[in-house]
Amino acid sequence: MSLLEVRDLNVKFNTPDGEVHAVKNMNFSMEEGETLAIVGESGSGKSQAVFAMIGLLARNGYASGSVMFEGTEILNLHGPALNKIRAAKISMIFQDPMTSLNPYMRVSDQMAEVLVHHKGMSKSAAIAESVKMLDAVKIPEAKSRITMYPHEFSGGMRQRVMIAMSLLCQPKLLIADEPTTALDVTVQAQIMQLLDDIQKDFGTAIILITHDLGVVAGSTHDTLVMYGGQVMEDAPTDELFAHPTHPYTRGLLSAVPRLDQDNETLNTIPGSPPNMMNMPKGCPFYGRCEYRLDVCVDTLPPLTEIPGHAGHFRACNVPVEDIK
Amino acid sequence: MLNYVIKRIAIAIPTLLILIVISFVLMHAAPGGPFNSEKPLPPQVLANIEAKYGLDQPLWKQMVNYVVGLVTEFDMGPSFKYKDRSVNEIIAQGFPITITYGVLSFIVAVTVGVSLGAIAAIRQNTWIDYLAVGISIGAQVLPNFVMAPLLVLTFTLWLGWLPGGGWNGGQWQYLIMPVIALSTSYMASIARITRSSMLEVLNTNYIRTATAKGLPAKTIFFRHALKPAMLPVISYLGPAFVGMITGSVVIDMYFSTGGMGQFFVNSALTRDYSVMMGITILIGLLTIMFNLVVDLLYAWIDPKIRY
Repeated sequence: MSLLEVRDLNVKFNTPDGEVHAVKNMNFSMEEGETLAIVGESGSGKSQAVFAMIGLLARNGYASGSVMFEGTEILNLHGPALNKIRAAKISMIFQDPMTSLNPYMRVSDQMAEVLVHHKGMSKSAAIAESVKMLDAVKIPEAKSRITMYPHEFSGGMRQRVMIAMSLLCQPKLLIADEPTTALDVTVQAQIMQLLDDIQKDFGTAIILITHDLGVVAGSTHDTLVMYGGQVMEDAPTDELFAHPTHPYTRGLLSAVPRLDQDNETLNTIPGSPPNMMNMPKGCPFYGRCEYRLDVCVDTLPPLTEIPGHAGHFRACNVPVEDIK
Repeated sequence: MLNYVIKRIAIAIPTLLILIVISFVLMHAAPGGPFNSEKPLPPQVLANIEAKYGLDQPLWKQMVNYVVGLVTEFDMGPSFKYKDRSVNEIIAQGFPITITYGVLSFIVAVTVGVSLGAIAAIRQNTWIDYLAVGISIGAQVLPNFVMAPLLVLTFTLWLGWLPGGGWNGGQWQYLIMPVIALSTSYMASIARITRSSMLEVLNTNYIRTATAKGLPAKTIFFRHALKPAMLPVISYLGPAFVGMITGSVVIDMYFSTGGMGQFFVNSALTRDYSVMMGITILIGLLTIMFNLVVDLLYAWIDPKIRY
């Protein structure tokens, strides 16, 4: 049994201008202790897909399909049933550590309430446990700093606090929604290292949402590439980097700036993502694709495993051999 | 913190002095005086009376005498109109009544306003929200001088449930209508401010974090959302409290409560300088004090504000 099994996940939003289909027929599964990267540019639906799993969609959003967690359906749960899973089994850290902690509450109160609520601990025991967790994420002088307010921490430290808070109940799955986007580069590396260590120490499975392929390369087992709300390519990370077979993935990889090549200009994918309000009928990448075929206007094939490459799936009409 | 409080109290002294100077000058700039009446007094008599009250002296000297009396003996002088009564006595009689109405209205406005606004925000775009917004808009457009006669018409003249005026030692039947009339429009403003700030807070990232932590909605509301949502409300409470104290002028007049308001209005009409000054200073002092309380409340809620 997989830890998480997502089948035909669809997320839609009702907006005054019409329905937006943010995530289309998403399928993936992951095992305990694995790291899965979901990569895509802004608006590709990667965050909404995971928000749907733990009931964080905006009020006008709704999800359909199936999300099995440890063998039980968790999609569209409500109230106490949902709250039993949140933080206890699946926890989440967010993109912007500057605004994700409550600025009006001490860190100690914000952390302790998780344990008090989920584990029924006393306040003092919960604070002692929280201090241990802050030590684990390498916050210096955790014991005295825990009584501070969030604004007394730097951005990187706040993200460490968020990570510590999300690990308090030792969840099976940690969802990290662009955890390093708002941080500067050196701090990014530290946070990624921390997530790596956590995985080793706690055996937590991690879904890492990012648009930075550089972050994905060293630290994940599998990678999903999303575009226009759909999964374009799904492969073990090493395989994906060695044999990218989808034109969009190739475009993304060539856009990563590299120190070992000395070209003056940054590579980009020409054009911009499609309007989610008015999605093209076929492949959403059609307008920007250099390999496009006539058939791509109307049809996007389902994710199909590439013969001879176990576990490597792609959704593309262009034969693998033609992509160079 | 203590330093800050001491500093603020120290600043209050020059503020009050400026208030005294401006009121004094404006008051005397208005035509007429306390002893002008339709049947003019003989000039010699008028001169004698004015001399008795010190009105023949130059304005600056009157002002200095007043301030000296106020500071050294806490004496606001005799009333020019009510024979044998000092301003201190008039305030001692009227202030408890006024402050009772003011404080009760304040409590009603804050509790009802905050609850109404919060419920509307939590149930945004449902009938509960529309009802709450409707009530607060309706209440906003009814100022106290419209509210008061409507209440009396309904509950005194038609239904005969409540007395139409008076104080009667502060018996509850006598308090209901004045308090409703005084608090309604402030309640409406507080409800609107609460609703919009609560909506803003409920959409913040830290409330999303709290939700992702699996906390029940009630905990999220009371522990995480209520305090920050109260900040804009608290900054409104300063002016609102003072507004309710001064607004009770109308209520005092309309319901004949015997509060300070009646004396205040009459003193302005009859140029009863000392009564007018006394009540002005008292309201000024309350304003300064309450603004200090509001600033301290602010610092208590928002850890980023430290004095």
